[in-house]
Amino acid sequence: MGLEEKLPSGVVLTSVEKLAGYMRKSSLWPATFGLACCAIEMMAAGAGRYDLARFGMEVFRASPRQADLMIVAGRVSNKMAPVLRQIYDQMAAPKWVIAMGACASSGGMFNNYAIVQGVDHIVPVDIYLPGCPPRPEMLMDAILKLHENIGDAKLGSNRERVIREVEAAALAAKPTIQITGLLS
Amino acid sequence: MNPMDNELTPRDNEFGLAKAAAESAPILDQSAGSFFKQLQGFWVTFIMQFKKVNTVQYPEVKEPTAERFHGRHQLNRHPDGLEKCIGCELCAWACPADAIYVEGGDNTPDAQFSPGERYGKVYQINYLRCVFCGLCIEACPTRALTMTNEYELADESRSKLIFEKEDLLAPLRAGMLMPPHPMYPGSTDTTYYKGEVPGADPSQGATTNV
Repeated sequence: MGLEEKLPSGVVLTSVEKLAGYMRKSSLWPATFGLACCAIEMMAAGAGRYDLARFGMEVFRASPRQADLMIVAGRVSNKMAPVLRQIYDQMAAPKWVIAMGACASSGGMFNNYAIVQGVDHIVPVDIYLPGCPPRPEMLMDAILKLHENIGDAKLGSNRERVIREVEAAALAAKPTIQITGLLS
Repeated sequence: MNPMDNELTPRDNEFGLAKAAAESAPILDQSAGSFFKQLQGFWVTFIMQFKKVNTVQYPEVKEPTAERFHGRHQLNRHPDGLEKCIGCELCAWACPADAIYVEGGDNTPDAQFSPGERYGKVYQINYLRCVFCGLCIEACPTRALTMTNEYELADESRSKLIFEKEDLLAPLRAGMLMPPHPMYPGSTDTTYYKGEVPGADPSQGATTNV
Protein backbone atom coordinates (compact mmCIF):
# COMPACT_ATOMS: atom_id res chain seq x y z
CA MET A 1 0.00 0.00 0.00
CA GLY A 2 1.96 2.96 1.18
CA LEU A 3 4.93 3.94 3.29
CA GLU A 4 3.85 1.77 6.22
CA GLU A 5 4.47 -1.35 4.13
CA LYS A 6 8.13 -0.48 3.61
CA LEU A 7 9.04 0.24 7.25
CA PRO A 8 11.42 -2.19 8.95
CA SER A 9 9.91 -4.24 11.76
CA GLY A 10 10.55 -3.10 15.32
CA VAL A 11 9.47 -0.20 17.49
CA VAL A 12 8.50 2.08 14.62
CA LEU A 13 6.39 -0.48 12.80
CA THR A 14 4.55 -1.65 15.92
CA SER A 15 3.56 1.94 16.75
CA VAL A 16 2.45 2.54 13.18
CA GLU A 17 0.52 -0.72 13.27
CA LYS A 18 -1.34 0.36 16.40
CA LEU A 19 -2.13 3.78 14.98
CA ALA A 20 -3.21 2.44 11.60
CA GLY A 21 -5.30 -0.29 13.24
CA TYR A 22 -7.01 2.23 15.49
CA MET A 23 -7.82 4.49 12.58
CA ARG A 24 -8.98 1.70 10.30
CA LYS A 25 -11.32 0.21 12.85
CA SER A 26 -12.78 3.54 13.97
CA SER A 27 -14.13 4.58 10.59
CA LEU A 28 -15.20 1.42 8.87
CA TRP A 29 -17.68 2.25 6.15
CA PRO A 30 -19.92 -0.61 5.09
CA ALA A 31 -21.10 -1.14 1.55
CA THR A 32 -24.81 -1.80 1.28
CA PHE A 33 -25.25 -5.37 0.28
CA GLY A 34 -28.64 -6.28 1.63
CA LEU A 35 -30.04 -9.24 -0.25
CA ALA A 36 -32.84 -10.59 1.94
CA CYS A 37 -34.41 -10.41 5.38
CA CYS A 38 -31.04 -9.92 7.12
CA ALA A 39 -30.91 -6.53 5.45
CA ILE A 40 -33.87 -5.42 7.54
CA GLU A 41 -31.92 -6.16 10.71
CA MET A 42 -28.89 -4.44 9.19
CA MET A 43 -30.99 -1.34 8.59
CA ALA A 44 -32.29 -1.53 12.15
CA ALA A 45 -28.69 -1.63 13.38
CA GLY A 46 -28.02 1.57 11.49
CA ALA A 47 -31.12 3.31 12.86
CA GLY A 48 -31.57 5.23 16.08
CA ARG A 49 -32.11 2.49 18.60
CA TYR A 50 -28.90 0.56 17.87
CA ASP A 51 -27.06 3.40 16.13
CA LEU A 52 -23.96 2.16 14.32
CA ALA A 53 -22.83 5.79 14.22
CA ARG A 54 -21.43 5.17 17.70
CA PHE A 55 -18.71 3.06 16.05
CA GLY A 56 -18.07 5.50 13.20
CA MET A 57 -19.88 3.43 10.59
CA GLU A 58 -23.26 5.04 10.10
CA VAL A 59 -22.64 5.73 6.39
CA PHE A 60 -23.72 2.77 4.32
CA ARG A 61 -22.03 3.57 1.02
CA ALA A 62 -23.78 2.72 -2.20
CA SER A 63 -20.49 3.09 -4.05
CA PRO A 64 -18.05 0.23 -3.39
CA ARG A 65 -15.09 2.55 -3.98
CA GLN A 66 -15.87 4.33 -0.74
CA ALA A 67 -16.53 1.25 1.36
CA ASP A 68 -14.18 -0.84 3.51
CA LEU A 69 -16.58 -3.48 4.76
CA MET A 70 -19.06 -5.60 2.88
CA ILE A 71 -21.87 -6.94 5.05
CA VAL A 72 -23.37 -9.71 2.94
CA ALA A 73 -26.85 -9.77 4.42
CA GLY A 74 -28.98 -12.49 2.95
CA ARG A 75 -28.91 -15.47 0.65
CA VAL A 76 -26.70 -15.24 -2.43
CA SER A 77 -28.09 -16.93 -5.51
CA ASN A 78 -25.84 -18.26 -8.23
CA LYS A 79 -26.96 -15.43 -10.45
CA MET A 80 -26.02 -12.84 -7.82
CA ALA A 81 -22.59 -14.36 -7.15
CA PRO A 82 -20.66 -12.64 -9.97
CA VAL A 83 -22.23 -9.32 -8.99
CA LEU A 84 -21.12 -9.81 -5.41
CA ARG A 85 -17.59 -10.64 -6.52
CA GLN A 86 -17.48 -7.58 -8.73
CA ILE A 87 -18.58 -5.30 -5.90
CA TYR A 88 -15.89 -6.87 -3.73
CA ASP A 89 -13.24 -6.36 -6.41
CA GLN A 90 -14.25 -2.73 -6.79
CA MET A 91 -13.75 -1.99 -3.11
CA ALA A 92 -10.41 -0.40 -2.25
CA ALA A 93 -8.03 -2.40 -0.07
CA PRO A 94 -7.90 -2.87 2.90
CA LYS A 95 -11.35 -4.44 2.86
CA TRP A 96 -13.27 -6.87 5.01
CA VAL A 97 -16.34 -9.08 4.67
CA ILE A 98 -18.95 -10.12 7.21
CA ALA A 99 -21.16 -13.04 6.24
CA MET A 100 -24.35 -12.07 8.05
CA GLY A 101 -26.88 -14.76 8.80
CA ALA A 102 -27.10 -18.46 8.13
CA CYS A 103 -27.70 -18.13 4.36
CA ALA A 104 -24.69 -15.94 3.66
CA SER A 105 -22.46 -18.01 5.95
CA SER A 106 -23.31 -21.48 4.70
CA GLY A 107 -26.48 -21.48 2.64
CA GLY A 108 -28.55 -22.08 5.78
CA MET A 109 -31.68 -24.09 5.19
CA PHE A 110 -31.56 -23.40 1.44
CA ASN A 111 -29.42 -26.35 0.50
CA ASN A 112 -30.40 -26.36 -3.16
CA TYR A 113 -29.13 -25.69 -6.66
CA ALA A 114 -29.98 -22.00 -6.68
CA ILE A 115 -28.17 -20.75 -3.60
CA VAL A 116 -24.42 -20.39 -3.10
CA GLN A 117 -23.54 -22.52 -0.07
CA GLY A 118 -21.73 -19.75 1.78
CA VAL A 119 -20.23 -16.57 0.38
CA ASP A 120 -16.76 -17.83 1.29
CA HIS A 121 -16.95 -19.70 -2.01
CA ILE A 122 -16.75 -16.31 -3.71
CA VAL A 123 -15.05 -13.82 -1.38
CA PRO A 124 -12.81 -14.24 1.67
CA VAL A 125 -14.95 -13.90 4.80
CA ASP A 126 -13.55 -12.41 8.01
CA ILE A 127 -16.46 -12.93 10.39
CA TYR A 128 -19.29 -15.44 10.20
CA LEU A 129 -22.47 -14.46 11.98
CA PRO A 130 -25.10 -17.13 12.65
CA GLY A 131 -28.79 -16.37 13.13
CA CYS A 132 -31.86 -16.29 10.95
CA PRO A 133 -31.87 -13.35 10.88
CA PRO A 134 -29.41 -12.25 13.54
CA ARG A 135 -30.73 -9.47 15.75
CA PRO A 136 -29.00 -6.07 15.51
CA GLU A 137 -27.07 -6.79 18.71
CA MET A 138 -25.62 -9.91 17.08
CA LEU A 139 -24.52 -7.86 14.08
CA MET A 140 -22.93 -5.30 16.36
CA ASP A 141 -21.20 -8.08 18.27
CA ALA A 142 -19.78 -9.39 14.98
CA ILE A 143 -18.70 -5.91 13.99
CA LEU A 144 -16.96 -5.38 17.33
CA LYS A 145 -15.17 -8.71 16.97
CA LEU A 146 -14.05 -7.60 13.51
CA HIS A 147 -12.89 -4.27 14.97
CA GLU A 148 -10.70 -6.18 17.40
CA ASN A 149 -9.15 -8.14 14.53
CA ILE A 150 -8.59 -5.00 12.49
CA GLY A 151 -6.99 -3.25 15.45
CA ASP A 152 -4.47 -6.11 15.78
CA ALA A 153 -3.74 -6.34 12.07
CA LYS A 154 -0.08 -6.52 11.06
CA LEU A 155 1.68 -4.40 8.46
CA GLY A 156 4.81 -4.60 6.35
CA SER A 157 7.25 -7.39 7.16
CA ASN A 158 5.10 -8.53 10.12
CA ARG A 159 2.17 -8.95 7.75
CA GLU A 160 4.24 -11.02 5.36
CA ARG A 161 5.34 -13.24 8.24
CA VAL A 162 1.72 -13.78 9.35
CA ILE A 163 0.69 -14.62 5.79
CA ARG A 164 3.53 -17.15 5.53
CA GLU A 165 2.50 -18.75 8.83
CA VAL A 166 -1.15 -19.01 7.80
CA GLU A 167 -0.11 -20.51 4.45
CA ALA A 168 2.13 -23.07 6.16
CA ALA A 169 -0.64 -24.03 8.59
CA ALA A 170 -3.13 -24.42 5.74
CA LEU A 171 -0.72 -26.64 3.80
CA ALA A 172 -0.04 -28.77 6.88
CA ALA A 173 -3.74 -29.21 7.71
CA LYS A 174 -5.36 -32.51 6.86
CA PRO A 175 -7.88 -32.25 4.02
CA THR A 176 -11.47 -32.95 4.95
CA ILE A 177 -11.60 -35.95 2.64
CA GLN A 178 -8.84 -37.64 4.64
CA ILE A 179 -10.47 -37.05 8.03
CA THR A 180 -12.09 -40.30 9.12
CA GLY A 181 -14.10 -41.37 12.15
CA LEU A 182 -15.78 -38.98 14.54
CA LEU A 183 -15.46 -35.32 13.70
CA SER A 184 -14.90 -34.36 17.33
CA MET B 1 -35.56 20.51 -30.87
CA ASN B 2 -39.20 21.32 -30.89
CA PRO B 3 -39.96 24.20 -28.47
CA MET B 4 -43.24 22.52 -27.71
CA ASP B 5 -41.39 19.72 -25.88
CA ASN B 6 -41.25 21.62 -22.61
CA GLU B 7 -44.84 22.71 -22.77
CA LEU B 8 -47.56 20.78 -21.08
CA THR B 9 -49.70 19.00 -23.58
CA PRO B 10 -53.39 18.36 -22.97
CA ARG B 11 -52.45 14.72 -22.40
CA ASP B 12 -50.17 15.71 -19.46
CA ASN B 13 -52.99 17.71 -17.99
CA GLU B 14 -55.11 14.62 -18.01
CA PHE B 15 -52.64 13.03 -15.57
CA GLY B 16 -52.63 16.09 -13.33
CA LEU B 17 -49.03 17.01 -14.11
CA ALA B 18 -49.87 20.65 -14.50
CA LYS B 19 -51.50 20.66 -11.09
CA ALA B 20 -48.48 18.96 -9.50
CA ALA B 21 -46.11 21.45 -11.13
CA ALA B 22 -48.18 24.32 -9.78
CA GLU B 23 -48.15 22.88 -6.25
CA SER B 24 -44.44 22.20 -6.11
CA ALA B 25 -43.57 25.73 -7.21
CA PRO B 26 -43.94 27.90 -4.08
CA ILE B 27 -40.77 26.71 -2.30
CA LEU B 28 -39.46 30.26 -2.23
CA ASP B 29 -42.79 31.66 -1.08
CA GLN B 30 -42.01 34.21 1.63
CA SER B 31 -45.55 34.65 2.92
CA ALA B 32 -46.33 34.58 6.64
CA GLY B 33 -47.91 31.12 6.47
CA SER B 34 -44.80 29.57 4.93
CA PHE B 35 -42.56 31.16 7.58
CA PHE B 36 -44.74 29.70 10.33
CA LYS B 37 -44.51 26.27 8.74
CA GLN B 38 -40.72 26.47 8.64
CA LEU B 39 -40.66 27.49 12.28
CA GLN B 40 -42.86 24.53 13.10
CA GLY B 41 -40.29 22.25 11.44
CA PHE B 42 -37.39 23.69 13.37
CA TRP B 43 -39.41 23.45 16.58
CA VAL B 44 -39.56 19.67 16.17
CA THR B 45 -35.78 19.57 15.83
CA PHE B 46 -35.35 21.81 18.84
CA ILE B 47 -37.71 19.92 21.12
CA MET B 48 -36.02 16.58 20.32
CA GLN B 49 -33.00 17.72 22.35
CA PHE B 50 -35.04 17.36 25.51
CA LYS B 51 -36.57 13.97 24.68
CA LYS B 52 -35.27 10.76 26.19
CA VAL B 53 -32.52 9.14 24.08
CA ASN B 54 -33.74 6.02 22.33
CA THR B 55 -30.32 4.44 21.74
CA VAL B 56 -29.26 1.36 23.69
CA GLN B 57 -25.53 1.55 24.42
CA TYR B 58 -25.13 -2.04 23.31
CA PRO B 59 -21.74 -3.47 24.27
CA GLU B 60 -21.90 -1.78 27.68
CA VAL B 61 -25.65 -2.06 28.29
CA LYS B 62 -27.22 -5.33 27.22
CA GLU B 63 -30.98 -5.26 27.29
CA PRO B 64 -32.42 -8.65 28.21
CA THR B 65 -34.05 -10.45 25.32
CA ALA B 66 -37.62 -11.65 25.30
CA GLU B 67 -38.05 -14.47 27.77
CA ARG B 68 -38.50 -17.14 25.11
CA PHE B 69 -35.94 -15.77 22.65
CA HIS B 70 -34.39 -18.49 20.51
CA GLY B 71 -30.69 -18.37 21.25
CA ARG B 72 -27.91 -20.91 21.55
CA HIS B 73 -28.98 -24.46 22.45
CA GLN B 74 -28.31 -26.21 25.71
CA LEU B 75 -28.20 -29.92 26.58
CA ASN B 76 -29.74 -30.27 29.99
CA ARG B 77 -28.96 -32.62 32.86
CA HIS B 78 -30.98 -34.56 35.41
CA PRO B 79 -30.68 -33.33 39.02
CA ASP B 80 -27.92 -35.85 39.74
CA GLY B 81 -25.82 -34.78 36.74
CA LEU B 82 -26.71 -37.53 34.24
CA GLU B 83 -27.41 -36.22 30.75
CA LYS B 84 -31.00 -36.07 29.58
CA CYS B 85 -30.06 -36.72 25.95
CA ILE B 86 -30.69 -40.32 24.94
CA GLY B 87 -29.25 -40.06 21.45
CA CYS B 88 -32.56 -40.72 19.66
CA GLU B 89 -31.74 -38.28 16.80
CA LEU B 90 -35.31 -36.92 16.70
CA CYS B 91 -33.87 -33.39 16.80
CA ALA B 92 -31.68 -34.13 13.81
CA TRP B 93 -34.68 -35.50 11.93
CA ALA B 94 -36.81 -32.48 12.79
CA CYS B 95 -34.16 -29.97 11.75
CA PRO B 96 -35.17 -28.26 8.48
CA ALA B 97 -31.61 -27.11 7.81
CA ASP B 98 -29.84 -30.38 8.68
CA ALA B 99 -27.77 -28.51 11.23
CA ILE B 100 -27.75 -31.22 13.91
CA TYR B 101 -25.62 -34.35 13.86
CA VAL B 102 -26.17 -36.99 16.55
CA GLU B 103 -24.57 -40.34 17.10
CA GLY B 104 -26.01 -42.47 19.86
CA GLY B 105 -23.98 -44.80 22.03
CA ASP B 106 -24.78 -47.60 24.48
CA ASN B 107 -24.57 -46.99 28.20
CA THR B 108 -22.61 -49.69 30.01
CA PRO B 109 -22.52 -50.35 33.77
CA ASP B 110 -18.98 -48.97 33.76
CA ALA B 111 -19.85 -45.83 31.83
CA GLN B 112 -23.39 -44.60 32.44
CA PHE B 113 -23.95 -41.16 30.87
CA SER B 114 -27.74 -41.01 30.88
CA PRO B 115 -30.51 -43.02 32.56
CA GLY B 116 -31.57 -45.99 30.45
CA GLU B 117 -29.80 -47.75 27.62
CA ARG B 118 -28.60 -45.06 25.25
CA TYR B 119 -26.89 -41.68 25.38
CA GLY B 120 -25.75 -39.09 22.84
CA LYS B 121 -22.18 -40.03 22.08
CA VAL B 122 -21.59 -37.32 19.52
CA TYR B 123 -23.71 -34.20 19.46
CA GLN B 124 -22.92 -31.40 17.05
CA ILE B 125 -24.89 -28.34 16.01
CA ASN B 126 -23.66 -26.35 13.04
CA TYR B 127 -24.63 -22.79 13.93
CA LEU B 128 -23.99 -21.60 10.40
CA ARG B 129 -26.86 -23.81 9.22
CA CYS B 130 -29.12 -23.44 12.24
CA VAL B 131 -32.06 -21.12 11.69
CA PHE B 132 -33.10 -21.07 15.37
CA CYS B 133 -36.61 -22.25 14.55
CA GLY B 134 -36.97 -24.40 17.65
CA LEU B 135 -38.33 -27.50 15.90
CA CYS B 136 -35.58 -29.57 17.57
CA ILE B 137 -36.82 -28.38 20.95
CA GLU B 138 -40.35 -29.48 20.10
CA ALA B 139 -39.10 -32.84 18.87
CA CYS B 140 -37.02 -33.68 21.94
CA PRO B 141 -38.85 -36.37 23.96
CA THR B 142 -36.83 -35.94 27.14
CA ARG B 143 -36.60 -32.14 27.21
CA ALA B 144 -32.84 -32.57 26.92
CA LEU B 145 -32.49 -29.87 24.30
CA THR B 146 -33.65 -26.36 25.11
CA MET B 147 -32.62 -22.92 24.00
CA THR B 148 -30.90 -20.24 26.04
CA ASN B 149 -31.09 -16.50 25.51
CA GLU B 150 -27.43 -16.26 24.59
CA TYR B 151 -26.93 -14.70 21.17
CA GLU B 152 -23.33 -13.52 20.83
CA LEU B 153 -22.13 -16.27 18.52
CA ALA B 154 -20.12 -14.60 15.75
CA ASP B 155 -16.73 -16.14 15.02
CA GLU B 156 -14.07 -16.07 12.36
CA SER B 157 -14.09 -19.57 10.92
CA ARG B 158 -16.65 -22.15 9.93
CA SER B 159 -15.18 -24.90 12.10
CA LYS B 160 -15.38 -22.77 15.25
CA LEU B 161 -19.13 -22.46 14.76
CA ILE B 162 -19.75 -26.20 14.85
CA PHE B 163 -20.54 -26.62 18.52
CA GLU B 164 -19.62 -29.95 20.11
CA LYS B 165 -21.35 -31.69 22.97
CA GLU B 166 -18.95 -30.10 25.50
CA ASP B 167 -19.90 -26.62 24.29
CA LEU B 168 -23.62 -27.33 24.49
CA LEU B 169 -23.89 -29.25 27.77
CA ALA B 170 -25.33 -27.34 30.73
CA PRO B 171 -22.87 -26.65 33.55
CA LEU B 172 -22.94 -28.80 36.67
CA ARG B 173 -25.10 -27.24 39.35
CA ALA B 174 -24.82 -27.81 43.10
CA GLY B 175 -25.53 -31.45 43.99
CA MET B 176 -24.71 -32.68 40.51
CA LEU B 177 -22.05 -35.19 39.66
CA MET B 178 -20.05 -35.32 36.44
CA PRO B 179 -21.07 -38.38 34.40
CA PRO B 180 -20.26 -41.17 33.80
CA HIS B 181 -21.58 -42.48 37.10
CA PRO B 182 -24.18 -45.10 38.05
CA MET B 183 -27.88 -44.26 38.27
CA TYR B 184 -29.54 -43.19 41.52
CA PRO B 185 -29.84 -46.21 43.82
CA GLY B 186 -33.09 -48.12 43.33
CA SER B 187 -34.16 -46.05 40.33
CA THR B 188 -35.07 -46.81 36.74
CA ASP B 189 -35.19 -44.45 33.77
CA THR B 190 -38.91 -43.96 34.48
CA THR B 191 -38.07 -42.60 37.93
CA TYR B 192 -35.80 -40.07 36.26
CA TYR B 193 -38.41 -38.92 33.78
CA LYS B 194 -41.02 -38.53 36.53
CA GLY B 195 -38.63 -36.15 38.28
CA GLU B 196 -38.34 -38.29 41.39
CA VAL B 197 -34.55 -38.15 41.60
CA PRO B 198 -33.68 -35.36 44.04
CA GLY B 199 -29.95 -35.09 43.39
CA ALA B 200 -26.77 -37.12 43.41
CA ASP B 201 -26.54 -39.76 46.15
CA PRO B 202 -23.21 -40.28 47.96
CA SER B 203 -23.25 -43.88 46.68
CA GLN B 204 -22.97 -42.57 43.10
CA GLY B 205 -19.67 -40.85 43.86
CA ALA B 206 -18.44 -37.66 45.49
CA THR B 207 -20.76 -34.72 44.77
CA THR B 208 -19.45 -31.42 43.56
CA ASN B 209 -20.28 -28.28 45.47
CA VAL B 210 -20.05 -25.89 42.57
